[in-house]
Amino acid sequence: MEARIFINAILYGLMCSSILSSAHAAAPADGFTINGRVKIPSAVVGAKGFGLQGKISDVKVILNGGQRATFLRPDGYFSFPDVPAGTHLIEVAALGYLFSPIRVDVSARNPGKVQAALTENRRALNELVLEPLREEQYYEIREPFSIMSIVKSPMGLMMGFMLIVVFLMPKLMENMDPEEIKRAQEEMRSQGVPSLANFLPGAARN
Amino acid sequence: MPTPIISLPLSLSLRTQIRQFSASQEIEGARSPPQAMAARVLSFYLLLFLSIAQLGVSLYEDQVGLMDWHQRYIGKVKHAVFHTQRSGRKRVMVSTEQNVIASLDLRHGDIFWRRVLGANDSVDGIELAFGKYVISLSSAGGTLRAWNLPDGQMVWETSLQGSKPSKAFLLVPTNLKVDKDNLVLAFGGGCLVAVSSIDGEMLWKKDFAAESLEVQQVVQSPGSDVIYVLGFVGSTQFDIYQINGKNGEVIHHETSNYAGGFSRNTLIVSDDVLVALDVTGSILITVNFQGGKVRIDDKPISDLVGYYSGQVELLALRLGRMFALKAHQHIALISVTNEGKLEVAEKVNSAAAISDALPFSEGQLAVARVHHEDNKVQLTVKLGNDWSTNLLDETVKIDGQRGLVQKVFINNYIRTDRSHGFRALVVMEDHSLLLVQQGEIVWTREDGLASVLDVTTTELPVEKDGVSVSKVEQNLFDWLKGHVLKLKGTLMLATPDDMVAIQAMRLKSSEKSKMTRDHNGFRKLLIVLTQARKLYALHTGDGRIIWSLLIGSLRKSDACGHPVGLRVYPWQVPHHHAMDENPSVLVVGRCQLSQDAPGILSFVDAYTGSEIESSGPVHDVLQVIPLPFTDSTEQRLHLLIDTKQRGHLYPRSREALGIFQQKSSNIYWYSIETGNGIIRGYAIKGSCIHEDSDDFCFEPRDLWSVVFPGESEKIISMATPKLNEVVHTQAKVMVEQDLMYKYISKNLLFVATASPKASHGIGSATPEEASLVVYLIDTVTGRVFYRMTHQGCQAPVHAVFSENWVIYHYFNLRAHRYEMSVIEIYDQSRADNKDVLKLVVGKHNLTVPTSSYSRPEIVAKSQSYFFTHSVKAITVTLTAKGITSKQMLIGTIGDQVLALDKRYLDPRRSLNPSQAEKEEGVIPLTDSLPVIPQSYLTHALKVEGLRDVITVPAKLESTTLVFAYGVDLFFTRLAPSRTYDSLTEDFSYALLLLTIVALVAAIVVTWIWSERKELQEKWR
Repeated sequence: MEARIFINAILYGLMCSSILSSAHAAAPADGFTINGRVKIPSAVVGAKGFGLQGKISDVKVILNGGQRATFLRPDGYFSFPDVPAGTHLIEVAALGYLFSPIRVDVSARNPGKVQAALTENRRALNELVLEPLREEQYYEIREPFSIMSIVKSPMGLMMGFMLIVVFLMPKLMENMDPEEIKRAQEEMRSQGVPSLANFLPGAARN
Repeated sequence: MPTPIISLPLSLSLRTQIRQFSASQEIEGARSPPQAMAARVLSFYLLLFLSIAQLGVSLYEDQVGLMDWHQRYIGKVKHAVFHTQRSGRKRVMVSTEQNVIASLDLRHGDIFWRRVLGANDSVDGIELAFGKYVISLSSAGGTLRAWNLPDGQMVWETSLQGSKPSKAFLLVPTNLKVDKDNLVLAFGGGCLVAVSSIDGEMLWKKDFAAESLEVQQVVQSPGSDVIYVLGFVGSTQFDIYQINGKNGEVIHHETSNYAGGFSRNTLIVSDDVLVALDVTGSILITVNFQGGKVRIDDKPISDLVGYYSGQVELLALRLGRMFALKAHQHIALISVTNEGKLEVAEKVNSAAAISDALPFSEGQLAVARVHHEDNKVQLTVKLGNDWSTNLLDETVKIDGQRGLVQKVFINNYIRTDRSHGFRALVVMEDHSLLLVQQGEIVWTREDGLASVLDVTTTELPVEKDGVSVSKVEQNLFDWLKGHVLKLKGTLMLATPDDMVAIQAMRLKSSEKSKMTRDHNGFRKLLIVLTQARKLYALHTGDGRIIWSLLIGSLRKSDACGHPVGLRVYPWQVPHHHAMDENPSVLVVGRCQLSQDAPGILSFVDAYTGSEIESSGPVHDVLQVIPLPFTDSTEQRLHLLIDTKQRGHLYPRSREALGIFQQKSSNIYWYSIETGNGIIRGYAIKGSCIHEDSDDFCFEPRDLWSVVFPGESEKIISMATPKLNEVVHTQAKVMVEQDLMYKYISKNLLFVATASPKASHGIGSATPEEASLVVYLIDTVTGRVFYRMTHQGCQAPVHAVFSENWVIYHYFNLRAHRYEMSVIEIYDQSRADNKDVLKLVVGKHNLTVPTSSYSRPEIVAKSQSYFFTHSVKAITVTLTAKGITSKQMLIGTIGDQVLALDKRYLDPRRSLNPSQAEKEEGVIPLTDSLPVIPQSYLTHALKVEGLRDVITVPAKLESTTLVFAYGVDLFFTRLAPSRTYDSLTEDFSYALLLLTIVALVAAIVVTWIWSERKELQEKWR
């Protein structure tokens, strides 16, 4: 005996395939059936990805952290039969998407009443239709080549620094007061022009 | 771009770390190759760019396979169904003991598709249906699923809610149709159910449990719609039901009695004869039910097979008019004649394996028998109707390390000369899968690796003459050419062909798969123990198997009925100067699964893969404690604790005994009795006093015990720090130059208990009746340092202990979300060591040894965060010197491994961190932990059936090696703070060279300029 509680009245376009949901509950002895549907919007599928997104056959639906696991039918439906009354957790493991875990309350008092809510953002679901929160991009996107990336690289910076020294320093010298330059040059002369010879071992004797 | 805000502080803190690091490295700088020197010089420059570092690890798509490898397995095959139609791909559908249903390519053994069912969803049978579906029955007859043959898409799923546990059968009749709809029959939970093959809808159901019938067999009468259901009521009554397959109505029911009583071991022979054993197991009963009439005969087994001893077993095989009886050391193949007489056709050694009968042309059956001769395997295919005819007789040479043949499945094909050929799928003792055709092994799958029990690592040999295995040493020209190619790649000048060449070059780099030790410590051997009691050595570079060993001392013997492997430990780790000695590992096993079964120890050379020595069966082994001492041959001392808590010292040498007795006053251990909720601490009392003891046995002394109240707390999880973890600094600098001392002790134990209702899975407890209590206990004194209660929280708890903190994952029922909490503990007694003077001469100065008995003042800080996923395993990164910041590695329910920076789990996170805190890297508080897709270590892969993740430090401080195992294996290396101490893989040497050339040219040019200018100045 199945009592369908929610009846799907919403029709989606072709792009987003339609949904039905549900919560029916057959009530033999102590178990109820949780029925639901995973919907991966087809607009997202294959837009960009690694060829694994949108493969509905790889999606696994997990009840209570691994107590039971099931797979999706071609139309995206799944069901967990014989679930005792209580509050349960459903997770969807789909490579390429992040799904929020879903809190599902199966009520013992009025059989068939199933309430569901996303645990991540506490949004209540009227019907058990699970959609991904977002797509997951597992790889960094390589920045396209730009001259800036060369300039920012260590070698680029070294070059840049050298160029500044070579071309900008003389300019700075030019702008200096000629008097000051003369004084500086004199100072240098009095100290002796530093040359490579000074650093050689033999040079000290001269 | 995740969290760019905190990027700058990260680079600051890293800079200080690197200074410390390079200082410690400088000492051994003389040995470093030039590459590392260059790396050190350049690290300064790299530091400038660390400011763009993120908290996660991330990978570009073209880097896949550079440092990671992934291997896909299915596990030990238990059913196989061939699908070899004329056209299209030839495949074989298998189900395994790891609950995998897979479709394999019959030509190469590759996986077309596979589905890993839930952990409690073991497969009872698979069948092909109507050429387009694979039907599987699982969960002891509870779930029936149909899978699309080409792609493995689940088509329908039906739950058979039986009323009581029973045997499970799957029957796909070929000609049973209702309105053009084929039926699938399944028996499970005491009910026989017929299901439509189109949508899985239940057509009829017949409950036999209500009639207290224990159903033994379900068979279809050949060529008709009648289904026979055979079973016992009580131990002496035999019942047979004839059921109309179309509607489930009982056509006929007959009972019969046998005074001797039936055992539950039965077998169907040739559609109308049931063979059973009597209660004593010494008499063979044949029940002929042809046409619904029951006739029972019996015959003592000894009349048939002569003298035998021990248990008799009917092998679950379908052999046409024959059956196989396993008695003593032999398998007797017994045929049933048309008159119902039993005749022994052949007796073979019990090490043989026999396949089911395969109908291959009109009315003919083929049966394969595989048995061992020396180190060869004899495959014989016989005609089922006439056992003396051999259809095929081949000898195949199979690697001795694969052990005995366990199972064989055959399939026939038409040869070009229109004769019948046979191929055999063979399951070996090490769980590997082989396809044998025309006397040769076509392909092999190492599916033993799907059931890894434990892992350890050893170093590879040091490179020296005669040791190097690498054949492709690149010359300078090739090297340069490679780098020019790479440069072209970076400058976007490469043609598509070049790109392919670059990628191939990167993946094939001979550097990573060499058989010698490398400077960075990336190349190691992973020594893996599997459920099949086989040891494998895998190379970390590319995951290939270096050697494998079916451990001889862990094989089935008279002394040891069902040996199991337990753990593997590094036994002897020679110092890196001792080049002639090979490292070895210790494998600990048991004779049976039960804890008090005798233990078996095996010592295996880690380079050659040969067993050096073994002992056993010895005393039982409850736990193994590797001690921090080694003897003069660098064998590590191990203390093996038995169920009476006596310690047994290994190695068994005088020298080891001497070392042990010196230190024995400082050896403590504890035992956790999960059932009773007691943790007890022990120390060494003295030598054993019981009769058959030796010098290496030690009596325990009870020190302390912690008893948890049984009615409100049940132990559900524990965690200890890793013994090989290195902690770099004891102090933690807080805001405003404040100093906190981490309380670091290897003798800490984290225990989580839950109220009895909350210790089961989610969905069984309400928030009011659930509570979770966590404890930090010192295992030397038994002192409880810290206790915290989480109201409304429940199991499962996964915890990891590192340095001075514990992180644990549990379920919060009130929020109905998972949470992760962190506890950090600090030593308050040393908090006044604020300046150098106090540090040197103060009360708690550096020279005061820390002792568990000194009653430290502990301060604990704690914080909880929400976490999205269920967790299968948690571990933490380990690095060589413990300087690099830590990341948590979380194995999620989706079988991925997520890296999460420890700083997200910092108890000091607050809503508005002060400026100083921000500088230090404290992240503003959020209620939940971020799941950054780029920080999945497994990127776009899944480690199906993930069970555990282990980390091993590399020699390079920044890097950890990560190995995740389940049904699949995955290995990668990870740099939690990026590789600050070496150049990355894609560092462009060519660009560096180009820059240097450009700089030299610039120098020359400017020099000439200046000379010329000077000359002009002088002429003026």
